[in-house]
Amino acid sequence: MVSVSPSEVNPSSHSGWEQRKRKFLPYAYLSPTLILLAVLTVVPIVTVFLYSLFDNVIVNPNPPEFVGLENYEEVLTHRKFRAAVSNTLYFALASVIVHFLIGLSFALLLNSRLLSTNVKAFFRVIYILPWVFTASIIAILWRLLMNPHGVINFVLLEFGLIPELVEWLSDRKVAIHAVTFINIWSGYPFYLVSFLAGLQGIPDDLYEAGRVDGGNAWQLFWHITLPQLRPIIISLALLDFIWTIHQFTLVWMTTGGGRNTEVLSTYTYKTAFSKYDYSEASATAMVILVICTFVAIFYVRSQRMVDE
Amino acid sequence: MVWIALILGACFAGLPVLWMVSSSFKSNLEIFAYPPALIDESFSFQAYEAVLSDPGQLRFFFNSYLVAILVTICTVVTSILAGYSLSRYDFRFKKVLSLIIIGVQSVPPITLMIPYFGLIVWLGIYNSYAALVLTYMVFTLSYAIIMMTGYFNTLPRDLDEAVMIDGGGSFVTLWRILVPISLPGIVAVGVYTFMLAWNEFLFALTLTRTNDMRTVPIGIHLLMGQHSFEWNQMLALSVLGSLPVLILFLLFQRYFIAGMSAGSVKG
Repeated sequence: MVSVSPSEVNPSSHSGWEQRKRKFLPYAYLSPTLILLAVLTVVPIVTVFLYSLFDNVIVNPNPPEFVGLENYEEVLTHRKFRAAVSNTLYFALASVIVHFLIGLSFALLLNSRLLSTNVKAFFRVIYILPWVFTASIIAILWRLLMNPHGVINFVLLEFGLIPELVEWLSDRKVAIHAVTFINIWSGYPFYLVSFLAGLQGIPDDLYEAGRVDGGNAWQLFWHITLPQLRPIIISLALLDFIWTIHQFTLVWMTTGGGRNTEVLSTYTYKTAFSKYDYSEASATAMVILVICTFVAIFYVRSQRMVDE
Repeated sequence: MVWIALILGACFAGLPVLWMVSSSFKSNLEIFAYPPALIDESFSFQAYEAVLSDPGQLRFFFNSYLVAILVTICTVVTSILAGYSLSRYDFRFKKVLSLIIIGVQSVPPITLMIPYFGLIVWLGIYNSYAALVLTYMVFTLSYAIIMMTGYFNTLPRDLDEAVMIDGGGSFVTLWRILVPISLPGIVAVGVYTFMLAWNEFLFALTLTRTNDMRTVPIGIHLLMGQHSFEWNQMLALSVLGSLPVLILFLLFQRYFIAGMSAGSVKG
């Protein structure tokens, strides 16, 4: 689509001043955004990149020393860093997949023709509920439920599903799954909302045609619903993957990154603000940035904000 | 069959929240009582009274409201201007600039964190509202601009061109014509921004030093450490802290849902 600059419409405005103004205007409208992003995003990113190439940065009696990629070498061979990478990947992939499954199932349920509008509206609010809570509150909520003497252990014991009390958030083998579960609970509503909008956008004729061809419910879902939702699914999954890698508060306030639940964000935070090793922390921060940028490239491609 | 699934889903989503609310009315001793009960004889508003009569806790609420409202106003205005530029003009660096704006969403907060503290101190705004407001604008602007641009793109250009021919400038067109009819999109951006600003934790923790500058999520965090878990107060504070967002969401959910899905997932 070719956009026409509005002042082009006015034939009398083609003087030199007008033309210069027309060139300048779009930048003027963007300037508050650009200044803010330059100062508070570009500057920190460049700084953190420089830090990652030096030793003895920030509060250090010795002068900074250029070490090239040494910090990266050190970080990438660190056993704890590798554990954080694999935890982060598990945390993010499991979250994205289960978010998708729950979000889609709930959206299909709420889209069912068998239910009245009021019933749908009521259940929609309940299903979206986890979304309105902030990560620190979600952390408190699940620490309450997952406490060894909490209600989850009580119910599971009563039904004989577990032989003894489980320390959900302090057992090294269980904690990472528990934290992932909490993230799943808190994040699926975004998928639900997007899928609801997506489902309403699928034309009824497609289903009519499918039914005329003798398709059953499963075939209609597989050959019409899923392909129609495909673009939404892809951009949601990529965005969610990035957000899950960003997640800090939830992990920090449930396990603090201990009990084998260290993810890249908590690892970086500890390296910087507990160990005060800002050089190494900057290198891990850059690694996270690179991973997210890589995923973001695919995300941007799936967006059509930029008119081609 | 549908009903069974529907109710199971509602339990998954709603029961944890119900339990949090009911526990906030219990006494601290009864929270992990055996066997657990939804409501027991210790039912009282004691925890809420404790939170609401504590000036320190009220200050957290005041700060949260002030910061969230300021961020919402600033982000809405800035994203309207930027969205107008991206939707209505063609210019040389348009593609690069929109890519940067979209790309900001993918920058991990933790990556900014390390130099950010020094930068904020250098700007002279450490431990001030300005630090929080500007930071949350950075986090919300990208998505807000995508939403706003998407919304303006759905409005026909004939509208603004008619005003232009009548001699109105571009700013007049934006303010008099586009903004009033874009209200649903603007509300969506506003609700999204308010929610994010109200909920943010990591930067609120790092950029503030004194309790008179801190927000509700930090208040909850502080209760966790102090004197051995005041569970019921922490839960009461959580419930009170979630109410503004919940009310906003219930009031505007239609706009919000439409705006969110228009912004994020244009297939």
